Amino acid sequence: MNLAATLRTHPQAKWIGLALIAIALLALPFVLAMAGTAWVRITNLAILFVLLSLGLNIVVGFAGLLDLGYIAFYGVGAYVYALLASPHFGLHLPWWTILPIGAAVACLFGVMLGAPTLKLRGDYLAIVTLGFGEIIRIFLNNLSEPFNLTNGPKGIATIDSIKVMGLDFANTTALGDLAVSGTIKYYYFLLAVLVVVIVVNLRLQDSRIGRAWEAIREDEMAARAMGINTTRMKLLAFAMGASFGGVAGGMFSAIQGFISPESFILTESVMVLAMVVLGGMGNIWGVILGAILLSFVPEILRYTVTPLQQWLFGRSIVDPEVIRMLLFGLAMVVMMLVRPAGLLPSAVRKRELAREDG
Amino acid sequence: MDTFLQQIVNGLTVGSVYAVVALGYTMVYGIVQLINFAHGEVVMIGCMVAFSVILALAPMGLPPFIVVGAGIAVAVPACMLVGYAVERVAYRPLRNAPRLAPLITAIGISIVLQHLALLVWSRNFIAFPQIIELKLFHFGSSDTSASISNIQVAIILTSVGMMAGLLWLVYRTRLGIAMRATSQNPQVAGLMGIDVNRVISSTFVIGAGLGAVAGAMVGTYYGIAHYQMGFLLGLKAFSAAVLGGIGNLGGAVLGGILMGLIESLGAGYVGDFTNVCFLDKFLPGFSDVCAASPESSLFGSNYKDVYAFIVLILVLVFRPSGLLGERVGDRA
Repeated sequence: MNLAATLRTHPQAKWIGLALIAIALLALPFVLAMAGTAWVRITNLAILFVLLSLGLNIVVGFAGLLDLGYIAFYGVGAYVYALLASPHFGLHLPWWTILPIGAAVACLFGVMLGAPTLKLRGDYLAIVTLGFGEIIRIFLNNLSEPFNLTNGPKGIATIDSIKVMGLDFANTTALGDLAVSGTIKYYYFLLAVLVVVIVVNLRLQDSRIGRAWEAIREDEMAARAMGINTTRMKLLAFAMGASFGGVAGGMFSAIQGFISPESFILTESVMVLAMVVLGGMGNIWGVILGAILLSFVPEILRYTVTPLQQWLFGRSIVDPEVIRMLLFGLAMVVMMLVRPAGLLPSAVRKRELAREDG
Repeated sequence: MDTFLQQIVNGLTVGSVYAVVALGYTMVYGIVQLINFAHGEVVMIGCMVAFSVILALAPMGLPPFIVVGAGIAVAVPACMLVGYAVERVAYRPLRNAPRLAPLITAIGISIVLQHLALLVWSRNFIAFPQIIELKLFHFGSSDTSASISNIQVAIILTSVGMMAGLLWLVYRTRLGIAMRATSQNPQVAGLMGIDVNRVISSTFVIGAGLGAVAGAMVGTYYGIAHYQMGFLLGLKAFSAAVLGGIGNLGGAVLGGILMGLIESLGAGYVGDFTNVCFLDKFLPGFSDVCAASPESSLFGSNYKDVYAFIVLILVLVFRPSGLLGERVGDRA
């Protein structure tokens, strides 16, 4: 018997595997920091996108409601944090009170979006959610007059960083000889939140609620006939998805220290959707994979495409940002045509998408 | 009263463009029951191509009518090609797939189109050359009374012409009969000897052609083109199609014109209605704001783009089948 098989059959294999992954994740920022702090920051943003994708996955993947305005909840969460912890209103609440408030407000917005659209399905819902996302963005952009709520397109700056027991996440701390930068501290913070969110998602998927969502996704009428309160379940999906978005938004605010409506445009919604679709709608691990891929590949492109072009043509012809978006678009098309269930398809979803009749 | 009349004229102009774009959405929806998400981008490409041709021809001193006509003449086939490609890539392979699948490919296609346009025409706003001499026809005797410009007249007339042409096509030609048959039941239409694939392709192509003209018109009207213009325009036109009842040609026209009017009257009046300065005697905070600008209102004309969405949401909540549409049941 070879080693791999021994490991696979070993009763403790699962725990050993998890421990190895945990060690790798804990060591990751220091390895990345050797390549440059920028990569740690990119990793942090990637984790934020994983959080967002997991939130959207609840709405799109579990409940089958296509939401194209998801970034609005991220924006709401970010603005709640920014307004309650910045000099803009002179409020400086601690982060552990604001994140729940942000989640609650985003949840409220989720219900606001969900309630009027309960009867809609598929493409109609997509358009309405898209419109909703735009409405939020337009309001964020314009609510500087007559009363300055959001500071308009200028955005809100000098947002408080996260502080845990006197430890300010914005600064570098020295641990003996080891300098732990703020970015690395945020990495651990995000990682902790991510673990919680993943566990919640896994438990949710297998719960009564998760199964109800799945039933609604497969056949709403049959689900209702089986006694599922579809209204409540769909609202719950919107609300839960939105509150995950809100939490991610709050952390985005804290990490960046500056937000403006520019960060919450439709492109971002589409990007998160592309992550969910690419990874495999409804499969938590697939969605995580999709988010990580689509967060890192463009960054790697950024570092390779421009030098490559300069080497080939002597100047940069195509902006890496454009290539990134082209790639997103193509990924969505190709995935739907070739592997509609995603890279790591969920078992049920795969069956559904392979079905011949619509 | 003059302002009101002026807003009506502006609303009708924009509304007729929305109507033409909405026709593209509604035709495709009528035949395959899917929203062509990439239609807004097709309109944008129409505008861009037309602008490129117009910019190239502008210095030659030809009459503006011919220059703009040439722009449209190039834009229409270009967009038809794009429309055909969109159908082949994003819709045909997924015709029997669940509804989420073609929707996602269409979103992907529209991102690709948008960024291809960005590569070709750059990130900058493209300005329309000064070749058309603006003439205003006043409704009253004074120079300040409401007026309609020659461009507005041309846009409204072109739109009406295209709508008439489309109606003729759908109700008086063999292709039109085939389209209506396919929209009622593709299987049976196929059994009757209709090449369903060809009919669906031509629907996309015709819609794209209409979109190209609409793009050129909207570009000429606002005097500016941008690679992101298709998104909002498409969304408003889609809202118009839903307002009128999607799948219904007359509904698209009615919805488009209503949408134009709502937007222009909304931009003109909602600001006045939500003026907060009458409150300054009662609430302390208001006096400073209103002293600075007595026009302070909660929702000024910068909220213009919100009205379309609000209308869309209201229609879908209270009358999902639209003003003229039939009950679409499970489709909605």
